[in-house]
Formats: sequence, structure tokens, C-alpha cells
Amino acid sequence: MKTKLQNNVAITVIRVIAALVVLILAFLLGDILISGIPHISWHFLTAASQSFTSGGGIGVQLFNSIYLLILTLIISFPISLGAGIFLSEYAPKNIFTATVRMAIEVLSSLPSVVVGLFGFLLFVVQMDMGFSILSGAIALTFFNLPLLTRNIEESLRAVPDLQREAGLSLGLSKWKTVTKIILPEALPGIVTGVVLGAGRVFGEAAALIYTAGQSATNINFGNWNPFNSTSPLNLMRPAETLAVHIWKINSEGVMPDAAAVSAGSSAVLIIAVLIFNFSARVIGNQLYRKLTATK
Amino acid sequence: MGINKYDFNEKNILKFDSNEHELAIVTKNLQVFYGDKHALFDGDLEFERYKITSLIGASGSGKSTYLRSLNRMNDNVARVEGEILYRGLNVNSKKINVYEMRKHIGMVFQRPNPFSKSIRENITFALKEQGLKNKKKLEEIVETSLKDAALWDEVKDDLDKSAWSLSGGQQQRLCIARTIAMKPDILLLDEPASALDPISTSKIEETLVELKKRYTIIIVTHNMQQASRISDYTAFFHLGHILEYDKTKHIFTTPKVTATNDYISGNFG
Ligand SMILES: Nc1ncnc2c1ncn2[C@@H]1O[C@H](COP(=O)(O)OP(=O)(O)O)[C@@H](O)[C@H]1O
Ligand SMILES: [Mg+2]
Repeated sequence: MKTKLQNNVAITVIRVIAALVVLILAFLLGDILISGIPHISWHFLTAASQSFTSGGGIGVQLFNSIYLLILTLIISFPISLGAGIFLSEYAPKNIFTATVRMAIEVLSSLPSVVVGLFGFLLFVVQMDMGFSILSGAIALTFFNLPLLTRNIEESLRAVPDLQREAGLSLGLSKWKTVTKIILPEALPGIVTGVVLGAGRVFGEAAALIYTAGQSATNINFGNWNPFNSTSPLNLMRPAETLAVHIWKINSEGVMPDAAAVSAGSSAVLIIAVLIFNFSARVIGNQLYRKLTATK
Repeated sequence: MGINKYDFNEKNILKFDSNEHELAIVTKNLQVFYGDKHALFDGDLEFERYKITSLIGASGSGKSTYLRSLNRMNDNVARVEGEILYRGLNVNSKKINVYEMRKHIGMVFQRPNPFSKSIRENITFALKEQGLKNKKKLEEIVETSLKDAALWDEVKDDLDKSAWSLSGGQQQRLCIARTIAMKPDILLLDEPASALDPISTSKIEETLVELKKRYTIIIVTHNMQQASRISDYTAFFHLGHILEYDKTKHIFTTPKVTATNDYISGNFG
């Protein structure tokens, strides 16, 4: 009887806490979305921002966020993939491996503002890259790398050893077994991790303030030559992202409609992050189903 | 009598007259160590070609350890000493190309482990990786190996379905088909039916009996009825020692070693 009572009490407490978490989240999301969505319009999403007059949009910032995200993934995914495969499949138990693991551990616990400052000192100043998309993408890579590596390693590890033995027993080399059998089976987990990470990167501000910079220079969407300084693709131009824009408006925004722009931008950011989260689930599940169940 | 009380020197190990019997694989003085733990002692067995040989013994007696040494699946896990002679080569030598060797000595595991690919791809995958590109040839091999594994009739219309949509018994037969698609000489099976229901088990047994016409089969089983039903020879393992090896009917009717007698009559330990 007593254990049953204890059990019931414990379950009730857990339920209340869970409900509380959901409630807080719902309140936060609701508040941001309700105050922000009315300001979202096609004009708002595409127009350039204004510093002193009202009616500015977030077109450039939105583009910058997406471009920076893509660049970050292009840099960090191959590195994480290599590191994840190494750690899960090849790493011997020695000091070197332990050090790598520890480094990843430490890197993942660094506050993003520290990563940003480090990027500022090393890339922006020391290597003279200036406030640029490239500096920002590298800073975000530092930010993304540890989690992504760990995610890939864990997804690979979750594939049963029986699958490795199956490959080896058929005379496949270890590399073939890993890349052609284990990796595809780990794919749902890896994709989920990549997309979730993308959501984190998309919303990141602190690591970018001193690396990609805080100015949205006017870029010419008619010019796609990456070597031209007004081109959207130019790697060396400063690029304020959506998240940085929100931070900036709230700390020093002087346009008359600052509150509205901030609310609208926040809503757009939240919606984007939510889309990343949901699609991570959907894509992961779908891939898993495609890999396992009947077609 | 306690389980540890048997005399490891009381042995009866069958040796073949090589004029009358063709040997597929022979181990000499095989020792396996997991770290400091000596898990297999003095493994000396000869396996006759086109026969089924069972390895029996209590759980933890070293059957898997021995079997997995034969195609070097214990590389990186254990240290294996001694000789494994296959076609005049010592398989347990650094110079051996293990990947090539494993195509000749195939293995099926305790739990079915098909790839998360279609039924067809499960069979063609390793062949393609070896460079076999001819579609017609591949289709042919898919059909013959599935027929050999007695699975063809059940799956011939669903070859593009995921292998994981099959039942456990079908998956295991697919694993057998996948292994024999490589045209090995020797088929090693580690308790292939232990996770399966009786009907699937008897299907697997029928399959094996059919396969021994063309393959040398070495099977680990904890099921003594299974060993006596399908195998020609049986080896009894005890605490890492192979204490008796003889014709299956001798092992199960007139064992010469006390430990074997106790084990098969169920008064073990
Ligand atoms: N990977 C391993 N690492 C350490 N010890 C092992 C490993 N595999 C098996 N052993 C030990 O070796 C002995 C023989 O095991 P095994 O060959 O699996 O027995 P069986 O297949 O007859 O049940 C057991 O004592 C077992 O604990
Ligand atoms: Mg075993």
C-alpha cells in the first residue's frame, strides 16, 4: 500500500512539473507570437532595415541568417562527420582519444559569447578577416562542432554491433562496413541532430556580435558574383543576422517603430526555430521508416 | 559432482584418416585469451568436408569463442594463438587477407542481423562491393541463394521490401542466403535458431541438412536435440576445454568421457 502511495505521489509531482514546463513554454511562445505576428508582412520579410525611420524590414538579416547557417553547416558537417566516425568506430582507448573527447566536452560547454570573443580576437583582429560572414561562420562552427560531433558519434554507436559483424563476416573492409552499412542506418539520428543544431545556430546571437558584425550593409540582390563586395554571397562583408538584429534594436534601436520591428523579428526567429525542430522530428521519423519498415 | 571437478585430461578427440576423409578445416593447439582470461584451451579439431559438425556445451564453455576464431571475427577482441589450417594455409596468420578469407568462411549469427536494406540488396550488397555489376548474374544469385535458404517462395514477390519487414525466422534464413551468396566453402553458425520459434527452427534445420551437400557446416547449438537431429559429428566443450569429439551418435549414446555423459544426460554440475 505504502509503495503504491509513494508511487502515486511521485507520478503526480512529475506530472505537475511537466505541465509547468509546457505552460511556461506555451506562455513564452504565445506572448512572442501574439505580439509579433501582426507585424509580419511580405514587405517586412523582404525590405531592407531602416535605422532612423519606420517601415524597415528584415530582408537582409533573414538572408544573412540563412546564408551563415548554410556556410556553417558546410564547414562543420564534414569535420563532425569525420570526428564522429573516428570516435565511434576507430578511436583506440588511449590518451589521444581521451584528450579529443575532453576537448569536445569543454568546447561544448563554452558560453557562446566566449566563442564569439575568441573569434573576434583570432579571426577578426589577428588574422585580419574583419567583421565578416566568414569570421561568423567559423565562430558558429566552433559553437556547432562539439554537439554535432557528439550527435553523430552517438547515432553511430546506437547501431548494433551485430550490423558491423554482418558486414565484416561478408568480407567487407571496416571502412566499407562503416560507410555503407552503419552510416546509412545512423542517418535518421544524424539528420535529426543536424537540423536541431541548425535551429540552434539560426538563433545564435552572442557568438556573432563580434564576428559577423552588427551592420547590415546594403547588398545588391542582383549581383551574385561572390567576389563583388555588394554581392549577397560575398564572404568578407559584415553581416548582421536576425538574432543579432533583435539584440541590437533592443539595446540601441532608435527607429520609431523599434518595438514593432523587434516583436516581428522575434516572431520570425521563433517560427524558424520551431520549423527546424518540427522538421527534425518529421524528417528523422520518415527516414527511419523508409529504412526499416515496408516501403 | 561439481562442475569444476572433471579431469580436463580425460579426453576423447576423434582424428580422421586423411586417406578416407577430406578435411575442410583443422585447428591445432588453438588458445584464445580475452585480456588475461584464458577462454579456450588447446583447441584441436578436424572438420570433415560436406558434413555438419555441432559444437555443444554449457553457456560460457567457449563454443562461440572457438567458432569466431575460425574466421578471425575475434581479431581486435581477443588474442588467438595456434594454427587454423584451411586449404594448406594458416588462417591465423598476419599474412592472411582476412577479407578474402571471410568470403570462403562465412558466418551466421545468433540474432538475425539483416542490413536495413531491401531483401534483394541484402544479398547483392556485398557482391556489388566486390565488383560484380552484371544485373542478370546478380538476379540469378538472389534467386538461387534464396532458394537454397528455403526462403524464395515466401519472398519472391517482395524482393524490394525492407528486410526488417520479415519475421525473425525469415530474417535468419535471409542471413543464411546472404552468406551463401558469397559462395563460401565453410558455413559457421552460432546458435542460429536460438531466438526463433520451433517452426522456424525446423525450417532452418531442414535448410542446413540440404546445404551440407555443398557446404561444410559448423554449428554452435545449446539444443542437444538439434545437434543429434542434424549433425554428423559433435564436439563437447567444457570450461574452455574440448573434452570429447566424435560421431554424433556416439556422443549421444555412448560417450566415453564422464563430463560428456553427465552433460547429455542432464546431470551436469
Ligand atoms: N568479448 C569478450 N570479452 C571477455 N570475455 C569474453 C568475451 N566473450 C566471451 N568471453 C568469455 O569467454 C568465455 C567463453 O564464452 P563464449 O565463447 O561466449 O561461450 P559460449 O558461446 O560457449 O556460451 C566466457 O567465460 C565468457 O565470459
Ligand atoms: Mg555463444
